[in-house]
Parts: sequence; structure tokens; C-alpha cells
Amino acid sequence: MNSKVVVSLENVSLKYHSLEGETPAINNISFKVNEGEFIGIVGPSGCGKTTILSLIAGLIKPTTGQVLVYGKKVQGPSTSVGYMLQQDYLFEWRNIMQNALLGLEIRGKVTEDSKKKVERLLDTYGLGDFRKHYPDQLSGGMRQRAALIRTLAIDPKILLLDEPFSALDYQTRLVMSDEVCTIIRKEGKTALLVTHDISEAISMANRVIVLSERPATIKNIHEIQLTSEDNTPISRRQAPEFRQYFNAIWKELDVHV
Amino acid sequence: MYNRNSNKPISKEHAKYLSRIRRNKIMVRLSQVTILVAFIVLWELVARLNIVDAFITSQPSRIINTIKSLYQEGVLLMHVSITIYETIIGFVLGTILGTAVAIVLWWSEFAAKVADPYLVVLNSLPKVALGPIIIVWIGAGPFAIITMALLVSLVVTIITVLNGFMEVSPDKIKLLQTFGADKTQILKKVILPASIPTIISAVKINVGMSWVGVIVGEFLVSKAGLGHLIVYGGQVFKLDLVMTSVFILSIAAALMYQFVAWLEKKFLKWQH
Repeated sequence: MNSKVVVSLENVSLKYHSLEGETPAINNISFKVNEGEFIGIVGPSGCGKTTILSLIAGLIKPTTGQVLVYGKKVQGPSTSVGYMLQQDYLFEWRNIMQNALLGLEIRGKVTEDSKKKVERLLDTYGLGDFRKHYPDQLSGGMRQRAALIRTLAIDPKILLLDEPFSALDYQTRLVMSDEVCTIIRKEGKTALLVTHDISEAISMANRVIVLSERPATIKNIHEIQLTSEDNTPISRRQAPEFRQYFNAIWKELDVHV
Repeated sequence: MYNRNSNKPISKEHAKYLSRIRRNKIMVRLSQVTILVAFIVLWELVARLNIVDAFITSQPSRIINTIKSLYQEGVLLMHVSITIYETIIGFVLGTILGTAVAIVLWWSEFAAKVADPYLVVLNSLPKVALGPIIIVWIGAGPFAIITMALLVSLVVTIITVLNGFMEVSPDKIKLLQTFGADKTQILKKVILPASIPTIISAVKINVGMSWVGVIVGEFLVSKAGLGHLIVYGGQVFKLDLVMTSVFILSIAAALMYQFVAWLEKKFLKWQH
């Protein structure tokens, strides 16, 4: 396969500074993401998973090494990258439509066309009737979907997902990961998912990067190949190979309580 | 028994519950009105029966007569409107300037750190003590009174609103940054709208503060307004005039508070 590389990290390290001293968050991390790939990043909590996404999003700069998106060094937030946070953070004073338009508003790209596009996204993903509703009138799953549409509205080519389902209950979480996966494939996006949930990573991603404890380094990268009928996360969980991947990653994470 | 034919049949227990709530509400209202009426009647009675000296305590009928005569002299509305005008200017100005200063301090963390001890001192200083200075500098007129009202509400507003700004969730700011927002956009799209409840509660505090500032100002300047009537009435021992002014003042203050509460409801319709 000779795919185009869209994201690449080259020997990236980052240290956080505070009055108490400096804390190395990630150490010498290198990997490449091809177009259309779904990458899962798992690691022990607090190991610097979110830091990697923040670097790709251009919110922070690496101490050493470089981060490239579409071959260009990341200097700041760019239009080709969309970021989905751990919670939906919908603004309670805006209705769903206004929330979905937030990114376009900031980029100064609210036009009749873009509005129609957002309306179409809301319709497609079952929020058409809730355009004028306020966030606290929606269920957790619907709010998360609205947050995804807010990210998709700016038409990013790469989606960064930072434990986007951690605020949801287990059932909603399974349904939402199915939905989000379908949406991302349908819209043809490249995605990086950070999670502490091994099953979630295996069921959604086609490559899983396992990180060590802080300062994070790459322990292993697994190519995930599952024999499943329709390739949705829920049916992928039924695949016979699923358990082997789970066990392998579980051992690498080496969890002690 | 409840009516089976009504379009929304409710159970016996629920009907009982509803009527209990309703009865409780009526009892509260009734008690409130009774206290007021009893107070007025008792006051009038003890004054009429010469149990207390109405020259010193005044009495409801005298208050009504005073209102009438003030009205006939054509000065009632003048005094009331001057005081209300000064109060409104005071709290509107206090809120706007206070919010503006809070924005500056939010914008520059350095400025906020520098200003911190000054704000603490100014906040704990009783602003009334500055009255004579204000009169000497600005002159004994409505400007001095408005300045007094402004001073009383300004520092509290700065501190309250700035705290509100700081409490906005950093993740909401991060969300905007992922879209590439600059500082002005962060201010306009999240800091200000998220702080509207704080700003409105500051307005509510300011209404009260502004009344204090204006009445104290009128005490000191003493040319017109309800504060002037109270001081004047006290000096010439016309307790009728003092009581009347206090009575009008309490009604005006209550109405203004209700108005702000109404504004709050209107602006915060997204809060359910």
C-alpha cells in the first residue's frame, strides 16, 4: 500500500515547566499516519496521550523534534485539523444550530452554503428536529453527536478524538462509538483516537499505538486485522482475533493497582 | 372523588398534594399581608390613642397627608425622580465601567496582578469616607452624588465580574483555540456570554449599593432628592417628612429590584 502520509511526528519530545520544576510529558515519539487511517492511541492514565493530540492540533509546540501535517510544520491551529474534546462543551446559551456553527464563526466562514451544509449534517445524523433546542434539552449521546457535527462543520481532513465517550454511560458509549466510526468513514476522514479503553481502541482503529508510562514513549504499534462482517465497532468486538489483541495490549500496558 | 370526565384525570393523592401546595402558598401570602396591615393599623391606633407621641413616631394618615401636600406643592415628583435618576445613572455606570475594567484585567494577567492589592484596599475602604473629598473636588451637585454612587458600586463590580471571567471553564476556551480563535474572539464568544449571569448578579448588588451611595450623597450635598428630604425633615423635626421619604424610598427600591429581576429572566431564557 502506498498511501499518502498526512500526519507525521519526528522524534518529538515535550517538557512542561512549572515552579516546582520540569516534567517530561513525552519522550522521542515518532510515527506516521496515512490518509484515511483510524489510529488508536492507548496508554496508562496521565501518560501524555492528550499532549500528542494537542501537538498535532497546534495548541502547544514540541520542546524538540517536529510535527508535520500534510508535510508542513505545525505552527498553530489549522483548518485541516478538527479536535473533539473529552466532553461536549456545548455552550448552554447557544442552541444546537448556533453551537454547530461555532467553528465556522471563529474562522469567519459562515455563509449560506456553509449553513446549509451544517443543516444537512444535523439532518443526516438525527438532530434536524433539535436545531432550535438548547443543549440541556438533549441526551448525552445527542450532545456528543452535536459536538461531532460542530467539529465536522469546519470540514477538517484529520479528526483528533480525545476520549470523546468518557463522559457517557456504557451502553451509549458503544452506540456512539459505532455511530462516530460510521460517520468518520462515511465522510472519509483520517482519525486519531486517544483512549484508556483497550476494547474501544481495538474495535475502532486499524492501528493501535501503545504508550508507556510518563514520559510516554512508543511501546508497540499493532496492525489490527479482524475478520468481521460489516466492520462496525460492535461487530468487530465479536471477531475471534479480538481477544488476542486485547491480551497483547493488556500485557504491554502492565497495569498495577 | 375526582372527576373521571375531566380531560386529565388526576389521582386522589396527587390532587391532595396539589391542594396542599396551593394552600401553603396562600397561607404565606396571607401572613405577609396580615403583618403589613396589622403594623399599619396598630401604628395608626397607638398614635390616635396618644399611647405614643405622633410628633415623634408620625402615623400612616399623616404620611398620606404629607404625600398629598408634597404632591400639591409640585415637589414630590421632582424629589423622587432626582433620586431615581441619580441611582440609575450610578448603577448603570458602575456596571459598565466595572465590567470594562474587569475586561482589561482579564486581558492582561500582569495588570491584574499589579492591581490586586489596590483593589483589596479600595474594596475594604468605606467609600462614604470619601464624601467630603468628592464634594470639594467636584462641587456640591448631582455630579458629586452620582460619583458617590459610582464609587460605592465600582470596586465590587470589578471584583465580582473578574472572578466570573476567571471561572469560565478552561476547556471551553481550549475548544475555541482548537478552532484557531484569538483573544478577542475568546472574549466575545465565551467569556462575556458565559459571564452574563455573573454580570446580572453584579447589577443586582449594584442597585442596592447605588441607593446607599445616592442617599449618602444627598445627605452630604443636601439640595434635592429623597435623601435631602430625610436630612431636612430630621433637622427641622418634621418626622412626618422623614417617614414619608423612607416609605417612598422603600417602594422605589423594591420596584427597581423587581425590574432587574425581570431583566434577568428575559436575558437568561436558556437557563431552565
